[in-house]
Amino acid sequence: MEIKVVRKVLDVNDTMAQQNRSRFADEKVFVLNVMSSPGSGKTTTLVKTISRLLPEIKCAVIVGDICSTIDADRLSVTGVQVVQVNTDEFGGDCHLAAHVIGNAANSIDLEAVDLLIVENVGNLVCPAEFDIGEDARVVVLSVTEGEDKPLKYPLMFRVCDAALLNKTDLLPYLEYDKNDAVKNILQIHPDMSVFEISAKTEEGFEPWIMWLKERVKKKLA
Amino acid sequence: MHEMGIAMQIVEIAAASIPKNVENIQVERVNIKVGKLSAVVPESLKFCFEIVVKDTPLSGARLVIEEVPVVARCNECSAEWTITGPVFTCIKCNSGSIQILSGRELDIVSIEIADP
Repeated sequence: MEIKVVRKVLDVNDTMAQQNRSRFADEKVFVLNVMSSPGSGKTTTLVKTISRLLPEIKCAVIVGDICSTIDADRLSVTGVQVVQVNTDEFGGDCHLAAHVIGNAANSIDLEAVDLLIVENVGNLVCPAEFDIGEDARVVVLSVTEGEDKPLKYPLMFRVCDAALLNKTDLLPYLEYDKNDAVKNILQIHPDMSVFEISAKTEEGFEPWIMWLKERVKKKLA
Repeated sequence: MHEMGIAMQIVEIAAASIPKNVENIQVERVNIKVGKLSAVVPESLKFCFEIVVKDTPLSGARLVIEEVPVVARCNECSAEWTITGPVFTCIKCNSGSIQILSGRELDIVSIEIADP
């Protein structure tokens, strides 16, 4: 005998994500989910981004790693509230789930925050599947990772609103075809915003900061 | 990479769907749909399911996966096609404004129990 079930496997996560979303709407907090492979320069990019947003836009960060507090320590130099989540308590999860974000947000004074940045676990696969209640998703891709990455991880590039092509200061030393990389990103997601940046030198940051500010202000208005 | 967690969710949802009023139920199959664009590897999921299902009300059940192709529709010219490679522009008019109609599924469809 067949019994119909018809439920999404990630129902529980999706429900939690919706709860997060309405809570962040009530609190007027814009939530940015930042994803990438390990070592793409997420943390440095965020430190530099936050420094440019302050004091106009008040920020806080939830940072996810399987273990260690290295990223939280690096981010705390900006002076903003930082909560480190270590997923080894949850079985070494490869992504941040919605309930983890909900719990982490409890230890942040959301009233004093305009922009909550979630630095997801370094991984181009799993975080793409999990809604956390965010307003926008950004993927960081560094020029040392190869031009083909968007083609190999299409879901990540489909679900994100913008891509930051990072470490462009290294281009003179690499046999990297930047145009090919951008072409591959747009082949997966034709209306994606692509920003070429160097987190080290901060070259190319202005358009990215404008893109982000515009979205945050729209939600706060 | 998170197939173990997904398998645990499947077992939890499927176990909650077993009728309460019948004794000694043997669940034979759990039917699910997995979209080709989802971040799940069917073989890994089956492997994890076999481990997770032990000592649960679903012990001995088989996970049957129907893979769902990625189907898109163009917002400009209304063409519909199946995406098989990493290209998400319209095959007819090359527009980038498309909707994904299927391929993101990760759904439990049904459970099948042995006839008493």
